Amino acid sequence: MQNKMLSFLGRRRNWTIPYALFLAFFVLVPMTLIVYYAFTNPEGKFTIANIQKFWIHPEAMNTFIYSVVVALITTALCILIGYPAAYILSKMEARKAKLIVILFILPMWINFLIRTLATVALFDFFRIPLGEGALIFGMVYNFLPFMIYPIYNILQKTDPNLIEAAQDLGANPVQVFLKTELPLSIPGIISGILMVFMPVISTFAIAELLTINNIKLFGTTLQENIYNGTWNYGAALSLIMLLLIGLTALMNRDGNSKAAEEGNLI
Amino acid sequence: MQQTTDIITVEHLSHSFGDKAVLQDINLSIKKGEFVTILGPSGCGKTTLMRLIGGFLKAKEGKITIARQEMTQVPPHLRPVNTVFQRYALFPHLNVFENIAFGLKLKKLPKEVIQKKVKKVLKIVTMMDYEKRDVDSLSGGQQQRVAIARAIVNEPEVLLLDEPLAALDLKMRKDMQMEIKAMHKKLGISFLYVTHDQEEALTLSDRIVVMSDGKIQQIGSPTEIYNEPANSFVADFIGESNILNGVMLEDELVECAGLQFECVDKGFESNEQVDVVIRPEDIYIFDMSDAAQFSGVVTSSIFKGVHYEMMVTTHEGYEFMIQDYHCFDVGKTVGLKVKPFDIHVMKKERLCNTFDGTIVDKSHVKFLDNVFECPESANFTANTEVKVSVAFDEVTLFDSEDEGELKGVIRLILYKGNHYHLTVVVEGTDHIFVDTNDIWDDGDRIGISIAPKCIHVEPA
Repeated sequence: MQNKMLSFLGRRRNWTIPYALFLAFFVLVPMTLIVYYAFTNPEGKFTIANIQKFWIHPEAMNTFIYSVVVALITTALCILIGYPAAYILSKMEARKAKLIVILFILPMWINFLIRTLATVALFDFFRIPLGEGALIFGMVYNFLPFMIYPIYNILQKTDPNLIEAAQDLGANPVQVFLKTELPLSIPGIISGILMVFMPVISTFAIAELLTINNIKLFGTTLQENIYNGTWNYGAALSLIMLLLIGLTALMNRDGNSKAAEEGNLI
Repeated sequence: MQQTTDIITVEHLSHSFGDKAVLQDINLSIKKGEFVTILGPSGCGKTTLMRLIGGFLKAKEGKITIARQEMTQVPPHLRPVNTVFQRYALFPHLNVFENIAFGLKLKKLPKEVIQKKVKKVLKIVTMMDYEKRDVDSLSGGQQQRVAIARAIVNEPEVLLLDEPLAALDLKMRKDMQMEIKAMHKKLGISFLYVTHDQEEALTLSDRIVVMSDGKIQQIGSPTEIYNEPANSFVADFIGESNILNGVMLEDELVECAGLQFECVDKGFESNEQVDVVIRPEDIYIFDMSDAAQFSGVVTSSIFKGVHYEMMVTTHEGYEFMIQDYHCFDVGKTVGLKVKPFDIHVMKKERLCNTFDGTIVDKSHVKFLDNVFECPESANFTANTEVKVSVAFDEVTLFDSEDEGELKGVIRLILYKGNHYHLTVVVEGTDHIFVDTNDIWDDGDRIGISIAPKCIHVEPA
C-alpha cells in the first residue's frame, strides 16, 4: 500500500493532477456553463436569441461601446502619463529607481475597493462632483502602475550600447529616442495595454462607486443580469466580451510573446 | 606639417571615475590613414580612452582634437568618427539593410544614394545577399561584418574599434584580422583599435600604444615594442620574456642571474640597478660543451606546435624560459648561451617603495592613510612631512585581509627568475611593490604588514 503510494508520488506527471483538477473545476466547467447558458433559454432549449438580443437591444450595445471608449481613454492616458514616468525612472540610478517603483506599486497592496472608496471620500472632501471625470480619474489611478512597470522594465533592460551606437551614427537625443528607445520599448507598451485595457472593460465597482451608479459600464450590465436572474442573457454578454478580449490579445500576440519573453508581465 | 597629417591628437588627457583616476596625462596623435592599436590588460583605461575619443564620456581634463577641430566637449553625434562596438550593438528591431542605412537616413540622403552606398559596403564586408535578413539570425562573424559596414558606410575620418573580435573563436578571429587589415588598406582612413590581445596588436598595427594603470607605457611600431620594450611591464605583456634584476657593471657589461654578460647597452651609471630582458627564443640551448656561457638542468619541456618550451634552472638558482625547435629531456644538464645584442637592458622604474608621510610622534609615522610604528621617527618632531621608503622584500603579505595593517589586491605579477615582483593596489588607490618567493594569483585579496625596523624615514 505504502509502496504503491510512493511510486504514485514518484512519477512527476502525477504532481500535475491537483492543478489539472483546479483548471477543470474553475476554468473549463464555468466556461462550458457560460457557453451552455448563452445558447439556451430558461427552459433549457437551444436558442441564439440571447446573442441576437445584444445586437438588437440598443442599451446593451451602447453600454458596451461606452465601456470600450472609457477603456481606450484610460489606456491612452495611462500611456501618456506612464511612459514618461517609466522613462525617467529608467534613467535614474538603479537603487533610487527601485525605491520609487515600489512607491508606485505600493497602493496595489491595498484592496482596490478600499482605494476607490477613499478616492470617493477625497472627491467629496474637495467638493468635486462625481461622474465621468471622476470615473476616468479612478480608472487611471487604479491601473497606472500596470502600465509603468512593464515599460520601465523593458527600458531599463535596453542595452546602453544601442543608444551609444545611435549617437555614434549621428542621432541627436530626440532621434535617439524616436529611432531606438521607443521602438525597442514597444513590447513593454503592448504588455501595459493588455494589462490595462482588458480589465478596464469589465470593471464595474469603480464605475458604481465613482459615478454613484449614474454611469453604467459593460461590467455593470453583466453583473445586473446575473443578479436579476437573467442568467442566459448575462452568459451571452459574458461570452461576447470574452471573445472580444480574446481577439485583442490575439492581435497583440506577436508583441505579447516577445514581452513575455522579456519577463514583462507582472 | 604635423598639423596637416594628424587626424586625432590627444593632449594631457586625464579622467577619473569618482576619486579613482583611470587615465593620467595621456598624449597621443594618430596620423591620417594610420592603424593604431591601444593595447593593455583589462582595467588599464584603454576603453575609457576610446570612449573619450568617441564622445561617450566627457573628459575631465585635457584636449581632444579630431580633424583639426577641438572636440573635447562635443557630443558623439557631431564627431566625424564611427565606432564598432565590442558586442556589435546592432539594432534588433531593424534588418541588415536598415541597420547599415541608419546613419545615412539621419543625414537625409536620397533613397537611391542610400541604396547604392549600402550595397557598396555590403560588398566590402562580403555580405551581399543579406540585406533583408534579421540581425538576430546572423552568426557572430556576420554580425561583426554588419557592425563594421554600419560604421564605414558613413565614411568617417577615423574608425574606432573596441575589441571587435573578442567574442569570436580563434579561427574566425584570425580570418577577421586579415579582413580588417585588408579593409583598412582599401578604405585609406585611420583605424583606432582597442585590444588586450598582444598578438592581434602585433599583426594589425602600424603603431601600438601600450597602456597600463591609466598611463601610456610605450608607443612604437610592433617591432620596436617587441625588440626594445621600454620597461619590464611592456616586456612581460608583449610576448614571452625572461625578466631579471641586474647591475650594470660598466658600458656593455651587465651582471644578472649571478653571472656577467656582455651586452650592447651603454650610458648607464656604473653599478646602476637595471632590469634585464632576454626573449626565450634568444637563448641558445645545446648539449653541455665548452661553448656554454652558463649551464642548467631542464625542469620541464612542453611541445607547443612549432617549438618546445623548456624551463631550465641554472646552477646559480635562476629559472629561464627557453624556446627551441629541439627537445631536451627533463633532468638533462644543458649548456646555454646568449648573444650580446639579444640582451636588452632597461632602466628600473623604481628601486624601492617610496611614500609621502607625516611624523605622528616619537615612535609613529603616518603614510598610506595608516599609522605605522617606526623607531626612526624619534629623529623628527611631530607633524614633519617626510619621505618614507620600504624595500620591496620587506613587505609581508597575509592570506587574510584582516591580518596586517593594510588591505590590498594583487594586480600584476612579474616573475624575475628566482622571485616574484608583485604590484599590489592598496585600498583602491596607492601601489605597493613587493618581492616575494611565495606564489600568489592576480586578483588575490591580501593583508599587508611592514615591520617597524624596515620603515626608513628621511626629510622630504
